[in-house]
Amino acid sequence: MDMDWMAWTAPTAIFFLCIALMLAGMTVWEVVSPTVEAKGFLPMRTTRGDRLFIGLLGSAFIHLGWLAATDVSLWGAFAVSLLWIALVIRFG
Amino acid sequence: MDKVQDNRAWFLIIPVFLIVAFSAVIPLMTVVNYSVQEIFGPGQTFFVGTEWFEAVLKDERLHDALVRQIVYSLAVLAIEIPLGILIALGMPGGRSAKTSLTLVLLALPLLIPFNVVGTIWQIFGRGDIGLLGATFRAIGIDYNYTSNSAHAWVTVLVMDVWHWTSLVALLCYAGLQSIPPAFYQAAKIDGASKWAVFRYIQLPKMRGVLIIAVLLRFMDSFMIYTEPFVLTGGGPGNSTTFLSQYLTQMAVGQFDIGKAAAFSIVYFLIVLLFSFIFYTIITRTGEGEKK
Amino acid sequence: MSKAAVLAPGSLAAPANIRRSSARVSNRTIVLICYIVFLMLPIYWMVNMSFKTNEEILSGLTLYPHNPTLRNYTVIFTDPSWYSGYINSIYYVTLNTIISLTVALPAAYAFSRYRFIGDKHVFFWLLTNKMAPPAVFLLPFFQLYQTVGLFDTHIAVALAHCLFNVPLAVWILEGFMSGVPREIDEMAYIDGYSFPRFFGTVFLPMIRAGVGVTAFFCFMFSWVELLLARTLTSVDAKPIAATMTRTVSASGMDWGLLAAAGVLTILPGALVIWFVRNYIAKGFALGRV
Repeated sequence: MDMDWMAWTAPTAIFFLCIALMLAGMTVWEVVSPTVEAKGFLPMRTTRGDRLFIGLLGSAFIHLGWLAATDVSLWGAFAVSLLWIALVIRFG
Repeated sequence: MDKVQDNRAWFLIIPVFLIVAFSAVIPLMTVVNYSVQEIFGPGQTFFVGTEWFEAVLKDERLHDALVRQIVYSLAVLAIEIPLGILIALGMPGGRSAKTSLTLVLLALPLLIPFNVVGTIWQIFGRGDIGLLGATFRAIGIDYNYTSNSAHAWVTVLVMDVWHWTSLVALLCYAGLQSIPPAFYQAAKIDGASKWAVFRYIQLPKMRGVLIIAVLLRFMDSFMIYTEPFVLTGGGPGNSTTFLSQYLTQMAVGQFDIGKAAAFSIVYFLIVLLFSFIFYTIITRTGEGEKK
Repeated sequence: MSKAAVLAPGSLAAPANIRRSSARVSNRTIVLICYIVFLMLPIYWMVNMSFKTNEEILSGLTLYPHNPTLRNYTVIFTDPSWYSGYINSIYYVTLNTIISLTVALPAAYAFSRYRFIGDKHVFFWLLTNKMAPPAVFLLPFFQLYQTVGLFDTHIAVALAHCLFNVPLAVWILEGFMSGVPREIDEMAYIDGYSFPRFFGTVFLPMIRAGVGVTAFFCFMFSWVELLLARTLTSVDAKPIAATMTRTVSASGMDWGLLAAAGVLTILPGALVIWFVRNYIAKGFALGRV
């Protein structure tokens, strides 16, 4: 089957690989030690997976906002996002 | 109900998972791939990084379309939700022929293919052969949805109300049906006014379905494409060019696939954000009622 | 109902009016009737037009066909390029309904009875597909189905519509299944039923209303969808809705024919809705009321 039309590039392949690894990692973590719903600074009780999702969705918007507002390298947005994800997962 | 913890339940999910993943994940990945490249044709692609995203975020016409879209979606909600509640309150109760007939008539617009909805209103609104257009002409209003932006916009809105208010009404009706008669009898004994009954008995009971109604109407109106495409084609000017319309123009009309893909992703993220917020609210309401 | 009707002949403030009475006309009933008239007028206009000749349509406004003709319908039923559109649409809609129900039933059971790793996230992921704008997926869809050799087949459209119908089916069925007490399952297992036998002979009959409603919704959303259906077909599986758009531009506005084709697209829906009319309200609330 010819899948050339999917037009893979190295950066997007790495991106999806990271997402897949994250999902796999979360599954393994869940098997080893099941999550407990907890209430942090977010307005509802969340599991670990919820917090990862909120973290990722948030960082997508951080990247978009960064692109719209500044001309500085996107790595800045990346750093802010990492910080945000860590914050949400730890304290969310 | 307490659910049993059992990971073997995954075997029951696998068929759904595969069938949806086939249609959802592969195209989504492809869109992401397109969004970082300039595409001239099969095999002729060049990596451009985040250029398309910047172009999309700084596109003035896109901002206009987004504003139009939000105003439109809010107008849809502001009209359809109260009207739907009002209609549901007027529906006959019980299982009579009258109830069945009302339900069927109300649900009818929901089962008409989207483009036929456009066609119906295209015919209905025309000044020469349509009842609506001819009536407006007869009473001296120069109504023309193909040349007047305001008329076009209002016609698309009225068409949406015509098409989808029934959904809100049927949802609210379902909510009202779940109220035990004892509630009304108690209200009668207390001498409660009609408004009090609505405010303290009917509205709280409709809360769950209303959230679903708002969610569905917001999402669907945010993605509206086929009906205005048939009716006005996005015009006159850009007055009824909503987001999906603009997206399709970009991808098909100008063949800006990379930019359209980047736009799709931004669009998808916005929808995802709203879905998540609404979903969290819906599931939390459910849990609150159980306790 | 009848008690309320006896008690309620009069002033708006009377508490008995709270029960929606069927014997007198309240303001709310008037709103309902006006709305239904508003719903029916455009449909009536199209039906009216479908029985007119084009000369009558263009020569002036008539509230009913003065020279009723069946010409428009005759054209559709005798021209294969028209009626094959209906057959194609009904074919892939049926196919989609069957696929959606088959895969959604076990999944909905799993969601309603078990907790498992990632259950909530999979459920949410399914729903996001219901909410994704189809316009986003058009181009990759076209290429994907071309690659796997399904382009312009009924199964392609049926599969593509699964994208939003399967999640919806799971959502509705899960609502209905959660209404069935767990004890029923346990009792059946104690009696020595195997899972497939229990599911087929005990559980399914209990939620048949839910299955009917789900089938109705799958039918409805597959029937009204045009974008994906048009993108994934060219000749052999072309849906009626797409046939209509083509003919509008080609034949220089044959209004009577267009109206007749439109009327025929409403009929299957009206027919299906009649069968589920008693469950429809519950169905619209996704079994969650």
